[in-house]
Amino acid sequence: MTTGAVSHSNTANQHEEIITRYTLGERVNHWIGALTYIYLLITGLAFWSPYLYWLSAIVGGGPAARFWHPWFGLIFAASLFWMFKDWHRDMQIDDRDRAWAKAIPYYIRNEDEKLPPVGRFNFGQKLYFWGTFYGLILLLLSGVGLWYTEALPWSLRYLRYAAILIHASVALITIGLFMIHVYMSVFLEEGSLGSMIHGTVSRAWAWTFHRTWYYQITGRSRPNPRSER
Amino acid sequence: MSQAATEIIRISGHAGTVPGAGIDREFQVCKLVDTTTCIGCKACEVACLEWNGYPFSETSFNNSYQTMPETAWNYWNLIKFNEHEREDGSMMLLMRKDQCMHCEDPGCLVACPADAAIVQYANGIVDFQEANCIGCGYCMTGCPFNIPKFSPAARKVFKCTLCNDRVSVGLEPACIKACPTGCLHFGTKAEMKELAQTRANQLREVSGFADAGVYDPPGVGGTHVIYVLHDAKNPELYGGLPRDPHIPFSVRLWKRPLKWLGNVAMVAGLFGLAWHYLRFGPKKIEEMPPDDDERRV
Repeated sequence: MTTGAVSHSNTANQHEEIITRYTLGERVNHWIGALTYIYLLITGLAFWSPYLYWLSAIVGGGPAARFWHPWFGLIFAASLFWMFKDWHRDMQIDDRDRAWAKAIPYYIRNEDEKLPPVGRFNFGQKLYFWGTFYGLILLLLSGVGLWYTEALPWSLRYLRYAAILIHASVALITIGLFMIHVYMSVFLEEGSLGSMIHGTVSRAWAWTFHRTWYYQITGRSRPNPRSER
Repeated sequence: MSQAATEIIRISGHAGTVPGAGIDREFQVCKLVDTTTCIGCKACEVACLEWNGYPFSETSFNNSYQTMPETAWNYWNLIKFNEHEREDGSMMLLMRKDQCMHCEDPGCLVACPADAAIVQYANGIVDFQEANCIGCGYCMTGCPFNIPKFSPAARKVFKCTLCNDRVSVGLEPACIKACPTGCLHFGTKAEMKELAQTRANQLREVSGFADAGVYDPPGVGGTHVIYVLHDAKNPELYGGLPRDPHIPFSVRLWKRPLKWLGNVAMVAGLFGLAWHYLRFGPKKIEEMPPDDDERRV
């Protein structure tokens, strides 16, 4: 079943979850990315601060954390590249997103009715996606340098210095994005976490949070011309 | 260092002064390497291997006397041989025993994330505790002297201990004991500084080395291994001895402002999100208006 597929039921209640928001593949990949990121977060924070070094104990101790962190990083990277393949088209930022971004105070204050209608993903989700994706590229490049510090010869030691700063700074940015993502999907937006678990949303959910996408996938004209596409 | 705990300062029912009172105790140790009297015999290299129990390992030969290009995880003491042409066209062989410098402000220790993997003793020795090492290699980035080396088999990092095991029981380091010319000395930091200065003065005044001097770099707070060099103005000639070593700027930036900023931002972020939830609450699914709802799929 592809995304946006709608079960044909003329009696469906608007709260019945009949719209496919994420395919099985998208969901499996999302949770591979999520779990590997959480592992990377726990071990990375253990290396980051002595006050958080105890975190390494819950994943098998410091040496194990150091050994597995790069490998989990590779799995996370593979997951994100797969995500890119699935979502990069839906994640393109256009003028509607720029209009939405200007109205973002309404979003923060939960006055969503004052926002321009959004497609499959809103501007915040797109920022999270691209921030994490480009962050991953930098983490991957600097991470390989940290993985094999001894392979960077002394004459190229400035690469060691750069890697250590880039890896920590970019990781902090992704942690900020990750915190907002988890907060919004688990706590803030009703039905959001469920959509990534069982893949479906109700018509009311789609109409509330992703109106343009709702009209697109139901293939109907919009009653309000201002919500064009 | 260990004597401090057992030093008696008052004695009950004792006539007279406390024996030994008023003695100036200097616990800071130092190794002095006088490059001007080193003959490059490599006895110190062998003694280091023997004492620390490492077999000789494979190496590469690059048409010099040098045993290998740089120190290794199981080869902590290496004499670097450098051919130097003097201004009058004559050749000089500069030989410098390379090993951990035991910095007063150790970059390895500052960079290390593992609890108690690197310790600095009050006598100045900086020692790796391999049992606690996680093998991340941050110390290799923090060190300005390219000393800590990673063992792929052990997945841990090793370096010269200044024979902490010998020094703590009153012996001198193995390399010192093996040196046949007396170019290696071991004692307190104050004694070694004085001896080094005396030798440098002699080189300047008697031996015609106008630029002779002592290498005890202040950028890392001084070191517990110091050198006498014929040409202290050009330490790079001695196999890449840095002129003004510091803990790398990026390591400082990472461990101080960035860490502070990151921690504040993460905690503030958590509080910010909690505040947002309490202030604005969840985003609810709206009821679709009838004109939309009627047009069922």
